[in-house]
Amino acid sequence: MILWIALLLAFSCKENQSSHPESSVDEVPAVEETKVESPEVALEIYDFDGLESLLNKKDEKTYVVNFWATWCVPCVKELPHFEELNQKYKDEDVEVLLVSLDFPNQYDSKLKPFIQEKKLTSKVVALNDPDMNTWIPKVDEGWSGAIPATVIYNKETRKFFEKSFTLEELENELKPFLN
Amino acid sequence: MKTLQTLLVMVVFVALSAFTIKSDSDGYKIGDMATDFELENIDGTMVSLSDYKDAKGFIVVFTCNTCPYAIAYEDRIIALDKKYASKGYPVIAIMPNNTDVKPGDSMEEMKARAKAKGYTFPYLMDKGQKIYPQYGATKTPHVYVLQKTSKGNEVKYIGAIDDNFQDANAVNQKYVEDAVDALLAGKEIKEKTTRAIGCTIKV
Repeated sequence: MILWIALLLAFSCKENQSSHPESSVDEVPAVEETKVESPEVALEIYDFDGLESLLNKKDEKTYVVNFWATWCVPCVKELPHFEELNQKYKDEDVEVLLVSLDFPNQYDSKLKPFIQEKKLTSKVVALNDPDMNTWIPKVDEGWSGAIPATVIYNKETRKFFEKSFTLEELENELKPFLN
Repeated sequence: MKTLQTLLVMVVFVALSAFTIKSDSDGYKIGDMATDFELENIDGTMVSLSDYKDAKGFIVVFTCNTCPYAIAYEDRIIALDKKYASKGYPVIAIMPNNTDVKPGDSMEEMKARAKAKGYTFPYLMDKGQKIYPQYGATKTPHVYVLQKTSKGNEVKYIGAIDDNFQDANAVNQKYVEDAVDALLAGKEIKEKTTRAIGCTIKV
């Protein structure tokens, strides 16, 4: 399975860089029309109206919401830090939410296998809402739209980051939220 | 005399650093004058905005080979150039990524992609990554519509190409087209800045 994913990734990278004259826009997202099935991965898919409540919970917890995608190299690189945060601060009422911006035609072929393969323990949801100019400012006025991007919030405070994190940086930003 | 010289040097230094800090931290706002550049094109020539004597302005697109959003917009960027180059607003595409981090965006790969897609516009390498920070581009694709004025190339629109990256047929608002159409008609641009998800420029 690991080998298979590695092959898949290698193939997809190569495909992106390829110079096939017949390469087309439609072809790239459709590259992994595959047989990978991940029936045990249940993926919740939202438009922004649906997602918005998850960004504005008013309970006792602190939420760390990370916007990412499997094709986003810096996102995938920092993902383990969010996973670790989710484990380490579980008892301090911290919850990590990973909001995937993968394209809908890759949910089954890339996103679900990725979640399964990496054994992600944080909650993963997919955001499918192409009208980005409408919802990006609702996440944060200062967000230009680059990912990775992260929101840390609780019922009292909220902070937004358009950047990559090390684990240490992430913990340093989280700590002021914890009493 | 020496004091005067020192003073002059200081003034120049302060002015320069003020400019640098401004352009590095947040880039251009609507109404700013955009810098010209001299960047290598895929055909080996050096391209500057000042080469375009007859242009009324430019559609400057920071884009690359490897970002799925940039790929989703390739055909629409070509269509923009086909529609507006003859009207005085050619597309100038600039690849801002560090190619050590993204080998798929190397000059060789840029040439291959441009050839495969039939790019009708320059596709320039932001070698040394000096230009995109001045514009304030953060991601690919990221568009700046400039209008040539007596004072320079004025930034008139910053943002996305349209409001649906997934499906060109489901687009409701063609932000860049609307902006250029307004400039051509001498009208006010309705949406001067828009936002879209994109791939972080790789440094």
